[in-house]
Amino acid sequence: MIYREAGVYKSTYRADHAIFTIPQDRWSMIGIFAIAFLLIPAVGSEYWLGAIMLPFLILALAALGLNILTGYCGQLSLGTGGFMATGAFSAYKLATAFPDVHILFVILGAGLIAAAVGILFGIPSLRIKGFYLAVATLASQFFLIWMFITFGWFTNYSASGVISAPPMTIIGDIFVTGPQATLVAKYLFTLSIVVVMALVAKNLVRSNIGREWMAVRDMDIAAEIIGIPMLSTKLKAFAVSSFFCGVAGALWAFLYTGSVSPLAFGVDRSFQVLFMIIIGGLGSVMGAFLGAAFIVLLPILLNNLPTMLGLNIKTDMISHMEYMIFGALIVFFLIVEPHGLARLWSLLKEKLRLWPFPH
Amino acid sequence: MDMYERKIGDVILALDNISLSFGAMKVLDDVSFDVRQGEIRSIIGPNGAGKSSMLNVINGFYHPQQGSITFRGEKRKEMDVHKAAASGIARTFQNIALFKGMSTLDNIMTGRNLKMKCNIFQQAWYWGKAQKEEIEHRQKVEEIIDFLEIQNIRKTPVGRLPYGFQKRVELGRALAAEPEILLLDEPMAGMNVEEKEDMSRFILDINDEFGTTIILIEHDMGVVMDLSDRVVVLDYGRQLADGSPDEVRSNQTVIDAYLGVSH
Amino acid sequence: MRIERDIIYIILGFIVLMVVVPWTAGQLSDQVFFNWPFFFEVAIGGLLSGVMYSLIALGFVLIFKASGVFNFSQGAIVLFAALTLVGLHGLGLPMWLAIVATMGVMFLLAVAIERLVLSKLVNQEPIILFMATIGIAYFLDGFGQTLWGSEVKVLNLGISEAPGFYFDGQILINDFDLFAAGIAAVMVVVLGIFFQYTRIGRALRAVADDHQAALSVGIPLKHIWIIVWTVAGLVGLVAGIMWGSKMGVQFALSLIALKALPVLILGGFTSVPGAIIGGLIIGAGEKLAEVFLAPMIGGGIEEWFAYMLALAFLAFRPQGLFGEKIIERV
Repeated sequence: MIYREAGVYKSTYRADHAIFTIPQDRWSMIGIFAIAFLLIPAVGSEYWLGAIMLPFLILALAALGLNILTGYCGQLSLGTGGFMATGAFSAYKLATAFPDVHILFVILGAGLIAAAVGILFGIPSLRIKGFYLAVATLASQFFLIWMFITFGWFTNYSASGVISAPPMTIIGDIFVTGPQATLVAKYLFTLSIVVVMALVAKNLVRSNIGREWMAVRDMDIAAEIIGIPMLSTKLKAFAVSSFFCGVAGALWAFLYTGSVSPLAFGVDRSFQVLFMIIIGGLGSVMGAFLGAAFIVLLPILLNNLPTMLGLNIKTDMISHMEYMIFGALIVFFLIVEPHGLARLWSLLKEKLRLWPFPH
Repeated sequence: MDMYERKIGDVILALDNISLSFGAMKVLDDVSFDVRQGEIRSIIGPNGAGKSSMLNVINGFYHPQQGSITFRGEKRKEMDVHKAAASGIARTFQNIALFKGMSTLDNIMTGRNLKMKCNIFQQAWYWGKAQKEEIEHRQKVEEIIDFLEIQNIRKTPVGRLPYGFQKRVELGRALAAEPEILLLDEPMAGMNVEEKEDMSRFILDINDEFGTTIILIEHDMGVVMDLSDRVVVLDYGRQLADGSPDEVRSNQTVIDAYLGVSH
Repeated sequence: MRIERDIIYIILGFIVLMVVVPWTAGQLSDQVFFNWPFFFEVAIGGLLSGVMYSLIALGFVLIFKASGVFNFSQGAIVLFAALTLVGLHGLGLPMWLAIVATMGVMFLLAVAIERLVLSKLVNQEPIILFMATIGIAYFLDGFGQTLWGSEVKVLNLGISEAPGFYFDGQILINDFDLFAAGIAAVMVVVLGIFFQYTRIGRALRAVADDHQAALSVGIPLKHIWIIVWTVAGLVGLVAGIMWGSKMGVQFALSLIALKALPVLILGGFTSVPGAIIGGLIIGAGEKLAEVFLAPMIGGGIEEWFAYMLALAFLAFRPQGLFGEKIIERV
């Protein structure tokens, strides 16, 4: 009764094209923003902000990027980690080469470099399809990580191969990286970037380019015949996707961990992000966030569960169990709902629309 | 047919001595015919006669080994898929080739992709130019939705639609490009009589109201003979006959090779 | 099977490259040592390790050929089989009995995968099935190590690891590698006969072409899937034994699968001979590159060289060496 579509009349196409056409959705979104921007920084503990919210937001951004490529454009990629690493190391090179440039431009530049690398590795997608392409993206993953490990230039010849973010301010003396930065500042900075980029993603997928991506995904030959240029459409997906992943990588290195080695962006990271969009929902902006929340929270829960229940299980055992539960959940989700949490959510909303009179 | 005032013009598309083969298999063998502006031109023939391949040659998806194609006075060896679409050739497919994950509305909107000019940054920002463009094209698409009488399935994912409606949505997607030549590959296959009547009506209306030239592949002889201005007959990739429905109907080779066998 | 002339040219091309590039590198750079016996030693070592890759790739090909599923869990199956074998042997079973018991376990695993996963995903898109096998891979990795522990275990087959000297003592080859190559060759012949000449083999190929058509002519999909996953499990067991005795039974076995992927795209997903020749090319190319190119461009190129080689190759032949050519129709 409360959540309903009836009585909401859209008299213009403009209103029909809005992101949230139902007023209750708009209100709940405002509520979520209020919680995210005001409540969480006010009451969140160090642990919550630093160890849960930051990785959640950053990985959600990477998942958003992969979802554009895989969920919307249908190009299965296992190279997410490589593009994140490109973002992280580009940000480091930019920040150390031009110390006076504002952090926003450093992150933007890192994203653009990642996008360029993404385009380069996306070129084979014109001829290679499906699983062949998935394996080909692994080539970029392994090559990029090897490159950052092997050539000292990328780490400014640091002996350990680890890069550390120089202290940078967002405005005045409010630091967002380095030791002086507070977690609240880091969190709000990351949150703002993620919100803006999520909006950009939503805009893209509801515009012409988004439809072109989905057309390529659903039936590439027909898409080509109605005039959608195959190469540029796919390369745009690779570029936008790697831009998102690059920004996520830069945020990961600069704001979340502060210092990072290329190994943090190995093939495991690629799979982690892939799981997020499978569980969250392929081809859904919301799904990237739901999936990231799930994948970030699950290990924390699993690690704490034995203690909470008073069981004494060895840590390596817990990590094996984690693998098992992850694997089982992936299969479970694919069987129950191949479209992930986002679809479950929209089914719930459809039910809610009719509630309490389902007939 | 007489109730329409037909405006048939000059030759817009001419195919000369087209031959196409895949490896050792000869799919089209020295086929030649032309299409006039504003006419309904049918291609008939038994299964495997090379009809769909002919459409694929016209819109540049297949490249023939021999022959030439003259489109709007410009002679070339083969068409290019993208250029064909951009210069006003749209089509539907024998096995429905819709974008299954998208709604009816979005499917038809994709048909306008070549007419949408906003760049990726404008689309990323959305408000302003991109939104204006989106709404302009939405209006155009709504006209097509009204024309095809599919208002109530506007937001339904096409994968869930019954077959007949999917065929209509596919026609809508082709129409959205405002094509000069419309290629229809068995638009009535698998339909019942009422659905066929609806589809025939749409085809005639498109031809009449928009002046669109139509190249039609269809197995239902009644429909073909009623709708077409001229008919070309293919069999095993060879051209058996070409002419008005009456001429084709009375052609002895055609009767022997095709009509006589399958009826 | 008719071999196209193109394929022979491509293979010859690879061979020429593999000789010319190291030789040129030896002439150009002081850091690269080149002489012919050394070259052949590296090349033969590479070919033999390529055979080991082929062994893993075979498991992938079997399942892809018979069910159209790109089975990402083949590596996890190798690890699971090896862990189970060593675990059962550790419980006191003699080796032959442990092997038989592990074969039984692989059959049960195939049944479980069919019942719990594949049967619930019939007619889903290939990408969904692929992701399901990633889930299976994670589950098996965790399950095997939960059951048998994660420390590195020794698997000793009693074959000497000592290098043997051949060709007047000029070229050094591991006897173990020769043995592994022999095993792999036998496997290929057996599988080839199985697919080509047995009734089940033909049914498997029918299922690969079209699930529903196979069902409609009375081929029980369920049994076929169990058979093919069992066979892939057995191939995995052989690979697990060979790799496990070479590098110890440990989690890294599961990652070996990643090494087999370039072999697959080079050889084509559906071809048993492709898996072998792809493995040989990748194995030799990788070792030669590591020895003759890495000194010039930086170490550790084994990490990605195989992938780049396969990727470059795909640009010219998107269906792989022996894959079926894709004719697109509308």
